[in-house]
Amino acid sequence: MRLLLVDDEKDFVATLAERLALRNIEADWATSAKEAEDLIQTNHYDLVVLDIKMPQMGGRQLKQIIEKRLPGVKTIYLTGHGSEEDYRAGVVEAEYYLLKPINIDDLIAKINQALSR
Amino acid sequence: MKLDSMKRSIKLFLPAFRRQQDPSQGRLYRYMFNYGRLWKSAVMLTGLCAIIPLLLVTWVDYNVTQRAVESESLARTSRTVSNAKRTIAAFLAKRKASLVYIVNDNTYDRLLDSGRLATILENLRLSIGGVTDIGVIDGVGQQVAYSGPYSLEGRDYSDQQWFEEAMDRGFFISEVFMGFRNAPHFVIAVRHEAPDRSFFVLRISIDTGRLNEQLSGFELSDQGNAFIINTKGILQTPSRGHEKIFEKINFPVPVYSDKTEVVQYHTTAEGDYILGYAYIPDSPFILMIVNKTGELMRSWHRTRIEMLAYLLGGIVIVLIAVTGFATYFVNRIYVADQRRIRSLHQVEYANKLASIGRLAAGVAHEINNPLAVINEKAGLIKDIFQLTDRYAGDEKLLGLVDAINESVARCGRITKQLLSFARHMDFSVQPVDIKAVISDVVGFLGKEAEYRNIAITIDVPPDIPQFETDRGKLQQILLNLINNAFAALSEGGALTITAARVNGKTLRIRVKDTGCGISAKDIKRIFEPFFSTKANTGGTGLGLSITYSLVQELGGAIDVESEVGVGTQFTITLPLTPPTRNRGENQ
Repeated sequence: MRLLLVDDEKDFVATLAERLALRNIEADWATSAKEAEDLIQTNHYDLVVLDIKMPQMGGRQLKQIIEKRLPGVKTIYLTGHGSEEDYRAGVVEAEYYLLKPINIDDLIAKINQALSR
Repeated sequence: MKLDSMKRSIKLFLPAFRRQQDPSQGRLYRYMFNYGRLWKSAVMLTGLCAIIPLLLVTWVDYNVTQRAVESESLARTSRTVSNAKRTIAAFLAKRKASLVYIVNDNTYDRLLDSGRLATILENLRLSIGGVTDIGVIDGVGQQVAYSGPYSLEGRDYSDQQWFEEAMDRGFFISEVFMGFRNAPHFVIAVRHEAPDRSFFVLRISIDTGRLNEQLSGFELSDQGNAFIINTKGILQTPSRGHEKIFEKINFPVPVYSDKTEVVQYHTTAEGDYILGYAYIPDSPFILMIVNKTGELMRSWHRTRIEMLAYLLGGIVIVLIAVTGFATYFVNRIYVADQRRIRSLHQVEYANKLASIGRLAAGVAHEINNPLAVINEKAGLIKDIFQLTDRYAGDEKLLGLVDAINESVARCGRITKQLLSFARHMDFSVQPVDIKAVISDVVGFLGKEAEYRNIAITIDVPPDIPQFETDRGKLQQILLNLINNAFAALSEGGALTITAARVNGKTLRIRVKDTGCGISAKDIKRIFEPFFSTKANTGGTGLGLSITYSLVQELGGAIDVESEVGVGTQFTITLPLTPPTRNRGENQ
């Protein structure tokens, strides 16, 4: 199982990746859509955790790009808020739409559920 | 008690805008018209527009009619005078003709026969009446024959004016005088040629009684007065007024005219008169008929009163109609205006809530990100303690990290609540879990409740299904009611929110507080817009009226029970099936 975490908040995404690693979950992270695109060129991911609101390119657009490159990849949105529209679309598009801050155990539970779907 | 019920029934007839509250109270009144003034100016304007033409028409009619009646009474006086003049002239002519007949029928010598003269006097008394005596005067003014009650034979008239005039003009009619006879009379004399070519005069004296009878025979109004004066203004016959015979009349002798004349004049003592007069031809007499204007105008006075009565009636009807219409229309404007302001404020209120929602969402979003960072950092610290053995077992630090995590979780809960609330602020119909909605709303006020030591109980049984409704509106309704309850509650009070399913199809939500309660007088008006007991502290009086319309838009009903000092309970019933679409569209 390999995850990709994308969030423009570096402190958040790096720490989260480190914590997941401590729990033996391999997670790469990127702080922008561009970095994420580079990463998916060379790596394969089972699941991506995306922030919806990011500079330049948001999570929803990035998801489409990732899906083209990695068909069948699961997606979880993890965001501070996102607009009403994002919320409604996000709930439909992704496996889960989660709000920050989140307890890491809850997140891992959701990841496992998403992967087992 | 009686007075109270009277006051109440008067209030029923008072237009609604009269109940408008003092504009100084409540900030919303400055957006409304001053209906009292509006009503007043409407009544004044339309009333004047209707009454002024009415007054004008009546005034014109009044003048025209008055003039007509005046000229009619002048004409009537003129007719009477004219008839009377003919009658008097005929009266005199008849007597003159009798004399002419006698002098032609009898020779001078026969007339000098006293027996014959007595017979003639007798015959005259029988035919024309009123003849006192008869005399024959020769050409030098000596009375040569006489028959009558006085012994006037041999009297010399040669120096008297009447004799000269009779000799000059052929006949003479005297003024009324007392003479030797000591009774008012006048004389008629005619001149005739005697056989010796000299002239003689036949003269009779006539009692004025006959003349007076003639005068009193004219048809006059009650106060009318017919009399004769001579050219010097001395009364020749009694007058019904104040003057006696031979007194001078108290108005000037009218100028000569050979026609009947009518003049109006005014005396300070007796008011307005209409005076008709005519000079009787070949005599010193002026016939006069005097009428008080007021008498002649009596019919006019009746008409005038009728006219004024119609005018007054018209004005009263106009005023009633104008007042009625003005009241009706101003009331309509008032109601429409109230509706306008209410909807205006409903929109403003919804907008306000929406902006609060957007602001809350923005704040929550901004806070959530740093919160997530704190969360992860603290989580990592904890992980390092727990999952690696580098710092294992430092209970003190672990406790600190837990405290951080706990606080972060609490912040997270708050921002999530904010977001959830804001998210549903402007939302359309969707499946709603009533328990979640109540918890959301109460969540906002949880801290305040804690500070004020208010116990909140939420009792929602699990059998209530999700139902389709407008979550935003439901949130607003509950927020308003709970806010109201909080305003009424004092420290240590209790708020109970219960939901129950009634008849399977309806949801009943009760918000009950143990606050100060609402008085029976206020409770009737509590859902009226702008009714506020908090007007002085900035209440708009719209909260419950908006709540009321929101509940209606959701197809439900709201009711209130309250007892002062015990508490208030609002009961909302909502259909568990969605309301018909058009109900919410006017929002």
